[in-house]
Amino acid sequence: MKKVFSRPESLKPTPFHYCPGCGHSIIHRVVAEVIDELGIRERTIGVPPAGCAVLAYNYLDVDMAEAPHGRAAAVATGIKRVLLDRVVFTYQGDGDIAAIGTAETIHAANRGERITSIFVNNAVYGMTGGQMAPTTILGQVTTTSPGGRAPLRDGNPLDLSEMLAIAAGSVYIERTSVSSPKGILRTRRAIRKAFVTQLEDKGFSLVEILSPCPTNWKMSPTEAARWVDARMSEIFPPKVIKDVA
Amino acid sequence: MTLKKLMRGTHVLGEAAIRAGCRAYFGYPITPQNELPEYMASAFAKMDDAIFMQAESELASINMVMGAAIAGARVMTSSSSPGISLKQEGISYLAAMELPAVIVNMMRGGPGLGNIAPSQGDYFQAVKGGGHGDYRLIVFAPAYGQEIADMTRQAFDLADNYRTPVMILGDGMMGQMMEPVVFPEPIDLTSLPRKEWVLDGAKGRPSRIIRSLWLDVDKEEEFNWRLFRKYEMISREIPDQEIYLADDAELIIVAYGTAARIAKGGVHRARSMGLKVGLFRPKTLWPFPAEPLARLAEAVRHIMVFEMSTGQMVEDVRLAVEGRCPVSFYGRPGGVVSTPEEIARELATAYGMPGSSETHGRGALNGRRAVARR
Ligand SMILES: Cc1ncc(C[n+]2csc(CCOP(=O)(O)OP(=O)(O)O)c2C)c(N)n1
Ligand code: SF4
Repeated sequence: MKKVFSRPESLKPTPFHYCPGCGHSIIHRVVAEVIDELGIRERTIGVPPAGCAVLAYNYLDVDMAEAPHGRAAAVATGIKRVLLDRVVFTYQGDGDIAAIGTAETIHAANRGERITSIFVNNAVYGMTGGQMAPTTILGQVTTTSPGGRAPLRDGNPLDLSEMLAIAAGSVYIERTSVSSPKGILRTRRAIRKAFVTQLEDKGFSLVEILSPCPTNWKMSPTEAARWVDARMSEIFPPKVIKDVA
Repeated sequence: MTLKKLMRGTHVLGEAAIRAGCRAYFGYPITPQNELPEYMASAFAKMDDAIFMQAESELASINMVMGAAIAGARVMTSSSSPGISLKQEGISYLAAMELPAVIVNMMRGGPGLGNIAPSQGDYFQAVKGGGHGDYRLIVFAPAYGQEIADMTRQAFDLADNYRTPVMILGDGMMGQMMEPVVFPEPIDLTSLPRKEWVLDGAKGRPSRIIRSLWLDVDKEEEFNWRLFRKYEMISREIPDQEIYLADDAELIIVAYGTAARIAKGGVHRARSMGLKVGLFRPKTLWPFPAEPLARLAEAVRHIMVFEMSTGQMVEDVRLAVEGRCPVSFYGRPGGVVSTPEEIARELATAYGMPGSSETHGRGALNGRRAVARR
């Protein structure tokens, strides 16, 4: 009998604890599939910092080290500099990478650090209960922007990926989404390409993934997926942002 | 043949680190310790298996240290007071993830930006936590060039043995001082025991996790007790001190690092005045050598603590002495370096105190500078 749905080798059999409709579950699976496909499971090291996906090591069956909130790029740099022939990736939320960890991320990109960042943009702080994130879009209601994000009070959504593209050391940056089967396919291709960029020792690579957080958006999984396509994608359009690989 | 080399403290530390197998250094410039990263940068440039990186901040550098430790390297960072404050979050994580690393603090005057003169204002930060959570940090306090070399070797070994971060606490004066040093032979890295916990890719073994998050309180409690037992073992095994001219002493001065060198000069002068005075110098600040100090407190009339601060270690001295004899304090904070004459004067005053009761409050010295006596 032909197996139509099998678990990637790089994914542990543990059931996901993420909320129904959460993008993290899909992205974990995609990362595991790409690691399998490239045959790099035995030389990959992942760095999940504080955030909803800090427990990614419960699911991904590769060596994994937690990082303090925001410091994933620095921790990954330390690992990679010691183990040049390994594949090192970070798995960060928007709060982590685009607020508290902005400096570490920009400098890792600028140095052309041979690491890959998986940047999961869900427009809120998921783990801490839905506060405003640097990527919260204007007018979006969060627990700390109850009347909707207002630019003069709360600042504007930060397009970190575009900023990183300016850095000379960044080589490949793409934004995708996991709100549709097509988006998931594109995400898979992008993550694959990002890892290959690292394997070819070319420089810093990053995939930003627009990812639903139905719980904190107070939407059903279907509504959340629709909101990614209709609203988030307007501000953060999925596209190849930089490719000099 | 053992060859003596004349070198400044920061360079001694760098050379000793390399000989101890340090192959990764991450730092950020701050005075008064820049000669150390500069030494590492030029030495590592000549080695093909060593990594020097100037990070974008102390936050980044301590987290790069974390990464290099995760990957199994012997790794070091250094800074001075304000930079060490930024590293505290990372130090807490290193302790929690049981990662070996060596952190050097060449203390300067503070708080805030303070100044770049030698100070001992970071004692509390170093030995009482500094970062968050229930952890301890091994803290070495060298006083001489040779000790910088020896303790640096020991720091790397202990960090690996106990899987814990270790701090070397010095100051800017110590970093600049030129002294003759005999270095230990360079370590053969292949002779070190394999670290069976590092992350280097799950090749032919199950995947590993290095973490500090324990959402289950029972697991976190169990982990805290496990750390506690480790710290207990360290407290039994490594406390170290110098006891000098104490056999017939009636008064003991307790000081560490640069302050202890000045204190020793003060002791010599007091001795030439006929006073029976000795020195107790903790070489490890955590674990604090409480037992030998307590034994000494049984035999003397009075203990005087001298620090280049308004009084921090004095609390640990009082805890160790537990009322066995009176304890007084003399301190010069803010980067002021006392002279041995000044200390001898203070020793004479303390020596003459009937029953040696404690002195308190601020007194005027030379009619111009306020000093802290308590
Ligand atoms: C120094 C520090 N500050 C704050 C926190 C609390 N905290 C944990 S995760 C997080 C942000 C989570 O948001 P994001 O990075 O976007 O990831 P998500 O949970 O949405 O996937 C915060 C603020 C922390 N762990 N450490
Ligand atoms: S809170 Fe949001 S990001 Fe976190 S698991 Fe739930 S849906 Fe996912």
